[in-house]
Amino acid sequence: MCGFGGYFGSIPDAKHLLERMVSAIAHRGPDENGVFVDKEAGLGHARLSIVGLGDGQQPMSDESGELTIAFNGEIFNYVELRDELRAKGRRFRTSSDTEVILHLYDVMGEECLSRLNGDFSFAIWDRRRQRMMLARDRMGVRPLFYMNHGGTLYFASEIKALLQVPGVSAELDPIALDQIFTLWAPIAPRTGFRDIHELEPAHLMIAEKGKVAIRPYWQLDYPDRGASPLFTDDRAAAEELRALLTDATRIRMRADVPVGSYLSGGLDSSIVAAMATGMAPQGLRTFSVTFDSVEHDESAFQMEMATALGTHHSAVACRAGDIARSFPEVIRFAERPIIRTAPAPLYQLSGLVREQGLKVVLTGEGADEVFAGYDIFKEARVRRFCGRQPGSRMRPHLFRKLYPYIPGLQQQSAEYLAAFFGAGDVPLDDPLFSHRPRFKSTAATKIFFSGDLRTRLSNYDAAEDLASRLPAAFGRWHPLHQAQYLESRFLLPGYILSSQGDRMAMAHGIEGRFPFLDHRLVEFATRLPPEIKLKGLVEKHILREATKDLLPPSIGQRTKQPYRAPDSHSFTGVGELDYVRDVMSEARVSDSGLFNAKAVTKLYEKCQSQPVTGFRDNAAFVGVLSTQLWLQAFTGTSVRAAEAA
Amino acid sequence: MTETIKDKVRAFVIENFLFGDTSYDLADTASLIENDIIDSTGVLELVAFIEDQFGIVMGDADIVPANLDSLARISAFIEARVGAPATA
Repeated sequence: MCGFGGYFGSIPDAKHLLERMVSAIAHRGPDENGVFVDKEAGLGHARLSIVGLGDGQQPMSDESGELTIAFNGEIFNYVELRDELRAKGRRFRTSSDTEVILHLYDVMGEECLSRLNGDFSFAIWDRRRQRMMLARDRMGVRPLFYMNHGGTLYFASEIKALLQVPGVSAELDPIALDQIFTLWAPIAPRTGFRDIHELEPAHLMIAEKGKVAIRPYWQLDYPDRGASPLFTDDRAAAEELRALLTDATRIRMRADVPVGSYLSGGLDSSIVAAMATGMAPQGLRTFSVTFDSVEHDESAFQMEMATALGTHHSAVACRAGDIARSFPEVIRFAERPIIRTAPAPLYQLSGLVREQGLKVVLTGEGADEVFAGYDIFKEARVRRFCGRQPGSRMRPHLFRKLYPYIPGLQQQSAEYLAAFFGAGDVPLDDPLFSHRPRFKSTAATKIFFSGDLRTRLSNYDAAEDLASRLPAAFGRWHPLHQAQYLESRFLLPGYILSSQGDRMAMAHGIEGRFPFLDHRLVEFATRLPPEIKLKGLVEKHILREATKDLLPPSIGQRTKQPYRAPDSHSFTGVGELDYVRDVMSEARVSDSGLFNAKAVTKLYEKCQSQPVTGFRDNAAFVGVLSTQLWLQAFTGTSVRAAEAA
Repeated sequence: MTETIKDKVRAFVIENFLFGDTSYDLADTASLIENDIIDSTGVLELVAFIEDQFGIVMGDADIVPANLDSLARISAFIEARVGAPATA
């Protein structure tokens, strides 16, 4: 796990630029750094030493010196690949997974990607062919950004490294802002920064002879509705799932340093920690975040699970004011506006892991996408159920069952519940059926956009933009699979794995590993019948079946509690720090030109005065605040956003 | 009387849900939910406003879109209920 940057082209003073780029992302790799400069290309690397501690320095060249790589991440099946390559006569000079990629590329070219099981992004400079290849893992765990500036291709693990290139300045992309205020994240390859792009998950880029070609090497795919099921009984499916998850966890325990585990108290991280405990002869370290507020805190479940497993457990308390104190840094690391504060406690948590001397943690992230755990999947099912009998007074009560943690919803009538969830309003064949209510309620935050910004956005519609990018086969999939695709392909890499994942962990030099996102497990789960993933309104049914012997019943049978953190109220009371008042002031908001300053002032006052704040107001408050902080961090306080493009 | 109630309701909705944006073209019959003006928390804010401002006690059966989902419906509901008892 590390960070890297580089370029392909001919530039002056390349070594110093690479050093500046590496320095900008030094938090990703505090252990070592290095640069490589060739005539037409250069690579820089900041290393977090995890595998091959003594001999894995990067950038790394092969024996011939013709191939050089800068690599961020881990190849979990590197042991098996190295054995295969050795059997074919390949000689290895190091014990690192990095060298395995180099050899595999030498043998297979870009087809090597199909053999890699891992979380990775890398750049390989192929001097013989005078070409640069960039690649990113299938699910989008590790980041990779690029830009073309002055005819040179630049790339890096984080955008702040690209901002070191002379002549490059940060401008907020208004379309990205609209996407964040509708979909929660920009649609890749778009980022928050104008003219800076993200290499999409499961894609590679080949740059040679003055041309750049980008293409997918793997695709998330589901069977057509009505296709023969992979399994006809739960037991066989559960056995296969268990075997795959066990192996996915096993190879993610590979490291030359201790591997710990996050433990949220929910099903997914408990499963991962339980599996890892049996694979850690020295004992497993587990880590949690706790909250003062009862509605967010899961410490009782965390302690129960830690006690049941006998792990050495540590927790960090996220107290009133903590989110506000860390939020400017959270935005600087996330490199984009966000509409929820949930990344902030994870920033604290990775800090705890670093304090305790670990570099690597397993997490349960990905299970909700892969095995249908999110409430939104159940919500879509209930909406379809209500849509079949639009006048029913009984059916909408099911919405209450889905969201016991939203107090305002528990007190609503059946008529209001049906209206809020648009039951019966969205056509059943709408490709975004599952997500329409979320997108619509989130887009309500755009009421705070300034007239100027609205003019620049013209009639742009983020949800339709997303719908236009769906694969041709999408319409043939089961509705649950359609919803899973939307979560897995867009929100997972666009928000969960980035703003909440890689960026918050790597801010403290911590590598997260995700057994549920092993591509073998993902491919297996896509072929499972929908009804054994979401059985009635029981989420992740088959996962529970496959792992029920690992967990206490109170954890194994627990209904999903979404990970949330206090939003606008983090910034009132003791969290109302000077910077919050400053960046949310009418003058500063007006200066940014993005929001209606008077309306934002009223929103701020409302959040301060009311004990309970609704979804839209919370999201709008956090969205405006984070945008203001983004502008402050990357452009200076008075710089306006770019024209819409 | 009706005009006064409607004015008060409109002023509350603009101030509390539209954050003072008087340029918003809010028709008397426009749905507050479909136009994303109000969410589940907002409904409870609206109920509190009606009870505080007009001295009406709203029963659970009163809190339905038929009574509250537009300026016109809210005004008509209040007008009919000023001085009258709440439904169960």
